Amino acid sequence: MTDINDPTSRRGDVSAQVANPSRRWFFRWLTYLMGAAATLVLAVPLIGYLVSYRRQRPPWIKLGAVTDFPQNVTRMITFDNPLKQPWDGMVAHTGVYVRYLGADDRQQDQFLVLAVNCTHLGCPVEWFEGSGLFMCPCHGGVYYENGEHASGPPPRGLYHYVWRVRDGQLEVQAPHFPTLHDTLRDRA
Amino acid sequence: MFAWLRTAARWLDHRIGISTDIVPVMKHPVPRQLEGPMGWWYVFGSASLTLFLVQILTGILLALVYVPSADEAYETLLYMNYVQPLGWYIRALHYYAGSGMMVMVLVHMTQVFLQGAYKYPRELTWVVGVFLLLCTLGMFFTGQILRWDPDAYWGLAVGGSMVGRVPGAGPELVSIMLGGPIIGADTLSRFFALHVFIIPGLLILLLSLHLWLVVKQGVSEPPVPGQQVDPQTYDAHYEGELRRGVPFWGEALLRDAFFSAVVVIAVALFAAYMGPKGPDLPPDPTLQGANPRPEWPFLWLFALLSLSPPPAETFIILVLPVILILGLLLVPFVSNRGERAPSRRPVAVLSVIVIYTTLGVLTYEGITSPWSPHMTAWSGDPVPVSMVKQSTPLQLQGAVVFQSKNCRNCHALDGVGGRRGPDLSTVGTRLTRDQLIDQVSNGTPGGGYMPAYGKQVNPAEMTALVDFLVSLRPPGHPPAYNPAEQPSPRSVEPGTDGEATANRP
Repeated sequence: MTDINDPTSRRGDVSAQVANPSRRWFFRWLTYLMGAAATLVLAVPLIGYLVSYRRQRPPWIKLGAVTDFPQNVTRMITFDNPLKQPWDGMVAHTGVYVRYLGADDRQQDQFLVLAVNCTHLGCPVEWFEGSGLFMCPCHGGVYYENGEHASGPPPRGLYHYVWRVRDGQLEVQAPHFPTLHDTLRDRA
Repeated sequence: MFAWLRTAARWLDHRIGISTDIVPVMKHPVPRQLEGPMGWWYVFGSASLTLFLVQILTGILLALVYVPSADEAYETLLYMNYVQPLGWYIRALHYYAGSGMMVMVLVHMTQVFLQGAYKYPRELTWVVGVFLLLCTLGMFFTGQILRWDPDAYWGLAVGGSMVGRVPGAGPELVSIMLGGPIIGADTLSRFFALHVFIIPGLLILLLSLHLWLVVKQGVSEPPVPGQQVDPQTYDAHYEGELRRGVPFWGEALLRDAFFSAVVVIAVALFAAYMGPKGPDLPPDPTLQGANPRPEWPFLWLFALLSLSPPPAETFIILVLPVILILGLLLVPFVSNRGERAPSRRPVAVLSVIVIYTTLGVLTYEGITSPWSPHMTAWSGDPVPVSMVKQSTPLQLQGAVVFQSKNCRNCHALDGVGGRRGPDLSTVGTRLTRDQLIDQVSNGTPGGGYMPAYGKQVNPAEMTALVDFLVSLRPPGHPPAYNPAEQPSPRSVEPGTDGEATANRP
């Protein structure tokens, strides 16, 4: 061992160092331990930062007075998703298909509120009043006016928003990006 | 002065070791045949590298202006296209040099495969190369996102929907991918980091390893039919090749440089001629008429997902890519000895032909995308006048129903309109009135591609529509008939062609 980088070889006190093997052993394992601790101290917050994302209770969004929705007419209503970042710009614009189904037996107003995202691969479906169908421009998925799957590759019907009527206003829960295993169920 | 320079050069050389460590690497011997015509097969890897350097340069220039923020990214792209001097050109260059790099990587890989250059002892070089291909694809996808137009937004929606299909972890992975609950600013920032830091960093790391392996294992000699690779004897054989070899810093490098120059000039001219790619409309997801399309290296996948049966889709999205990548990675381990010459490796040649034919056909299908409904055909493409010239009022009404019920979005007339379903210009010769009613009411049996229109049209509309469809026949052709119900109109009244419509029950 005549490595010039090895301080022990220059000190000429090699025997003293080697004569203390337990100290060497201790220092080696201390280094491993310190290294592991340093890695952990860094890794936990770094990975935590990477995999964490904003989780907030989705607020309710007013889409308009119930009386503004003619019965059995599907309309696209647009709003700014409140789950956005302040610097989201127009990307936060969200469209939703709303259809007023009338009042049920107990005089409760019933709505059909459907996401624009095709359940196949998320493309925006378009509503066709004439035929009463939603069609997807990507792979040709088609849905009936009630959102049920009509034809093409989608594995299920359109996603339903969580909605409620408060003070004569139709409100929907701010939507996340819906996917097959993560639909727009109630998160309040 | 010169003496001072020489002293400085010697000082630098002593400290860095240019003449002792770097020059020998540049002058490493390569097989002598590389000076011959076969040497031209070896230029594609260095051309990929050159275009990658162009990408780094133009990428840095773009980053000087681009703002990776969801509310401003689009504006800065327009600024580059129309205000920043030469901004349009740098954008075009970045796109076409990237496309060129993709092409060169594929050509390089194909050459290595066909000439068996991946065999012993260069297996790892191939494996690293496969990861470089994946990085290049990753750069393409993330780069399209930075264009931040509707294609980018809906590309993310498609990517998110694919990731969302992962069993169990799907929703969590989607949130990590998007950086939040919706596609937005967090998503753009993530893809910016991927495109500018993470993937390029990985790419440079892998590229260094790739080049190190090329130097370490040497460039493969051009294949000779009958000359087998045997791991037992290859090293000695290759050493002999190198002893008779020539320095890389010479003819071989000159060819690389020449071809790279040709490629750069071609890309530059192409970029100047084509101009920048996009951005398309502003990134407003509520804009109607969005028609998202992936970038060209992914069109084959887009087509595959459109043409495959729905039950197989989750498999194609999640498992097939893993199988394909594993297949590529295993190539040098399945065959790492034996013949290298393409003339002695019919399976390899056939594989290349089959793979490229498949990718080519799928890409063509992806470009034409006949499965996509033409969303504006119902109002934009009128029924050809020649088809309704002789029509009765009921048939005219049926033509109106045909358009207003959006049939045209999927069914062409005279080749104009959607191509999801068959062209109906002559449907009257193929389907009878009853068959048409059945088809329209129930759609494709078993949940195929035609929706059931039974509840979407009322009886009056159905009558008119079917009357119109039955009338869609070339002049002189009788309507379709059901032999179980009535004899052929031709056999009953020969020569009544054209008037046969009147014979319907």
